Amino acid sequence: MKQFYVALVSEFYKSRKTLAFWAAILLPVLICGSIALGYYSNAEKILKFNYPGMILWGQFSGASLNIMGLLILPFYVIFMAFSINNIEHKNDTWKTLFSQPLNKFSIYAAKYAYAVSLIFICLLLFFGLTYLSGYLLQVLVPEYTFKNYNPSIILSKFYARLFFSSLGILSIQFILSLIWSDFLKPMGIGFVGTIIGIIAANVQWKYAQYIAYAIPTITLRSTKPKGSNPEDFQVFTNDIYISIAYGILLFIIGYFILTKKNIK
Amino acid sequence: MNNFAIQTVDLSYNFGNQVIIKDLNLNVPKGSIYGFLGPNGAGKTTTIKILLNLLRSPNDTVFIFGKDINTHRIECLKQMGSLVEQPAIYAHLTGKENLRNRALLLGIHKSKCDELLKLVGLSDAANKKAGKYSLGMKQRLGIALALLSDPNLLLLDEPTNGLDPSGIIEIRNLMIELAEKHQKTILVSSHLLAEIEKTATHIGIINKGALLFQGEVSELRNLNKPALKIETNNNGFSAQLLSQKGIEILREDNGSIYLNYQDKTDIAQINALLVTNGIDVYGIGAESKDLENLFLDITSKN
Repeated sequence: MKQFYVALVSEFYKSRKTLAFWAAILLPVLICGSIALGYYSNAEKILKFNYPGMILWGQFSGASLNIMGLLILPFYVIFMAFSINNIEHKNDTWKTLFSQPLNKFSIYAAKYAYAVSLIFICLLLFFGLTYLSGYLLQVLVPEYTFKNYNPSIILSKFYARLFFSSLGILSIQFILSLIWSDFLKPMGIGFVGTIIGIIAANVQWKYAQYIAYAIPTITLRSTKPKGSNPEDFQVFTNDIYISIAYGILLFIIGYFILTKKNIK
Repeated sequence: MNNFAIQTVDLSYNFGNQVIIKDLNLNVPKGSIYGFLGPNGAGKTTTIKILLNLLRSPNDTVFIFGKDINTHRIECLKQMGSLVEQPAIYAHLTGKENLRNRALLLGIHKSKCDELLKLVGLSDAANKKAGKYSLGMKQRLGIALALLSDPNLLLLDEPTNGLDPSGIIEIRNLMIELAEKHQKTILVSSHLLAEIEKTATHIGIINKGALLFQGEVSELRNLNKPALKIETNNNGFSAQLLSQKGIEILREDNGSIYLNYQDKTDIAQINALLVTNGIDVYGIGAESKDLENLFLDITSKN
């Protein structure tokens, strides 16, 4: 456990000056910031619709959720999985990493856990910044109705689903970036996968949920409020279980690939 | 307990059908500086990677301080520091951060990093990005990284690559100090014998994956018997005359004849023989083949 911990701290130390790490912070800041700015500068137009609190929150948070879930999340995961492995490919440091007196599983698991925690941090920031910027807008534009509804439950459920839905993609991309040192192969496969995923989810193909890349889109579609209470939807549905299963299975397969791999 | 820091037993290694190492029996005594010599592509780096368990070897073929590397991987690696091929450092981190990162992984206090930067002469460049270091500086940082855990066994793969002459001397002195004062065992690979004959206590010569010589440096020198070099006004006749007397001619080149001899009296007799047969002897004397030529001779034989 100590080996896992030091390897995880080292991952943070190594990548704290890279774009993969900063993207986890900058993406939510930029996206939430620009949406909030839009809601501030276009307040008059938006106020004309007289949205009640819940609908206003829905419109406001939906803007970042849709951009994030449909496009940015898959691509961020693809880029980040590449970046975390590429730091070793680029500097030719796999050999020194694996000649340290640490077990190989700790090194591998720490890398994977670091990638998972970056997605977690990114989505947590999306959640927190959406929530805070809504209340900030309320202070700046008192006519807004953000204060009439507390979106914390519904938002946390949405972002929890997005987080779990990204684990399948992460594990696939993690293995691809582990095997290949170049950018094009994992990026190309990830890009094609994401496009196929979006199409499969949008045409509602019945097996779409088995395509890891389709799961974030399915997740967003299937959590549209149904029935009387919009907060009443489940976090753990079939597609989420499939994503988690992909995540765990491919994480294990990735480790076996690594142990059989000769370090060049 | 045996006295070897590294021992390989009939170690063989293939990449697909290509044999890279065959029946290698390395014996590196504790406390020695073992010069691991061979031309480029001889299998030196592959061997070092096997010793670090980066390339998989069969069980019971590689022993580090008497322990099988496959079954005692972490225990063995704890005692080893290494520099393999070009130094592997994170280009976007500074020299100091590279050391700090390694210290984090190994649970070593960060003050050790400054100590090592000083040791390898990088204190002034400590906060410069390692990607902007010259090759020599990278090599020195690589050595500092290898030394960070204060290992008992150092594996250095061509550590003087890219260093200027003063840098080479510094590394040489550092190796001697580590072995003599701190009883470290050092395996240092090189393709130049001249570079390590001054520091090594033991030599192993490898070519095409096979060990051609292994032993102390003095044993290698003993292999190198001097030849008698003679220059005359008529080398053809001289050679004929000497052959008739049963003296083995090694070779004739550049106007000289080279032949085997036992001691000084042989030199006097050969000189007398030539002079009494009317040959003018311009020069006669013992000439040692330098170790570099000996190395080339050994490696060209297989």
